[in-house]
Amino acid sequence: MSGTVTIDTIAVGDVIAERSFPLTRDSLVRYAGASGDFNPIHYRDDVAREVGLPGVLAHGMLTMGFAVQPVVDWAGDPRRIVDYQVRFTRPVVVDPETGAEVTVVAKVGQLDTEAGIARIDLTVKVSDETVLGKAQVRVALD
Amino acid sequence: MNPELQGRVFPPTEPYLVGREKVREFARAVFATNPVNLDPEAARAAGYDDVVAPPTFAVVVQERSLAQLLSEPDSGIEFSRVVHGDQRFTSSRPIVAGDLLTASLAVSSVKTLGAHSMVTAESTITDAAGDHVVTAISTLVVRGDE
Repeated sequence: MSGTVTIDTIAVGDVIAERSFPLTRDSLVRYAGASGDFNPIHYRDDVAREVGLPGVLAHGMLTMGFAVQPVVDWAGDPRRIVDYQVRFTRPVVVDPETGAEVTVVAKVGQLDTEAGIARIDLTVKVSDETVLGKAQVRVALD
Repeated sequence: MNPELQGRVFPPTEPYLVGREKVREFARAVFATNPVNLDPEAARAAGYDDVVAPPTFAVVVQERSLAQLLSEPDSGIEFSRVVHGDQRFTSSRPIVAGDLLTASLAVSSVKTLGAHSMVTAESTITDAAGDHVVTAISTLVVRGDE
C-alpha cells in the first residue's frame, strides 16, 4: 500500500483504519520481555491486588504501541509517522481466562495541506470505555 | 517530589545498540504486521539498512534515561507511587537495527496538583553521528496520600 495515500485523497472525519486487538496474559508477558518493563502489576495477580488495582493491567506502553499499528499500515512507510502522543486515562484490566479486547478506530482529525501533515485521532476502547485520551498521530503525506 | 528537579539535565546514557532480533521481538509484541518491521529484505527494498523499529520502540532507550531520574537520591520520587500520565514521541526518522543510540534527559517541569505531583521529562535520543532521531517526552504522576 506504500505511497498510495496522499493528503488530497482524505478528508477530516474519514475513518482510515479500524482494528481490534485481543489481549491475553501471554501478550503482557511477551511485551514485558520485549520492552524490559518487568513491573509485576503486569503479570502477578497478588501484587496487583496488594497495590489496590482491580487486576493485572496491560502496560500503558503496550496499548500505545499497538494502537498506532493500523496507522503505520495505512501510511505504508514508517518514515511518515513523525509524532505520536497519548494520555493514559484508564487502565486495561486483562482477565487471566478471558483476556481483554481493545478496539482502535483511526480517524482523520485535522489536515495541514501546506505542511503536508495529517493528524490522525485514535479512539481506543475496551467495551464502551476509552482507555487512551488525546491519542494523536501526525503523519507526513505527499 | 523535589521541586528543584525542574531544569535538571542528566548526562547521556551509555550507547544502546539496536539489535535486529530485539526489533523483531518488540514488533511482534506490539502486534506489528508491516514487513519492514520484521523482514530485513522488505526493509532494504523500502530503502532502510535493516528492520525498522515500531514508533514506540524508543521507550526502550528512553527508559535508561528515566532510570537516572528515578534513582536520583534527592528526587523524592517513590517508584511504587509512579503512574504513567502522558507519552509523546517526536521523530526525525525511524529507529533502524544497527543504530547506536544515546538518550539525554532533561526535566522540563515539576508541578503539584493537590496531593499528587507531576514531572515531565524529555529524553533526546541521538545516533552515533550525533544526529537527532527522536525525542521522547513522559509525564509521570506521583500519587500522594489521598
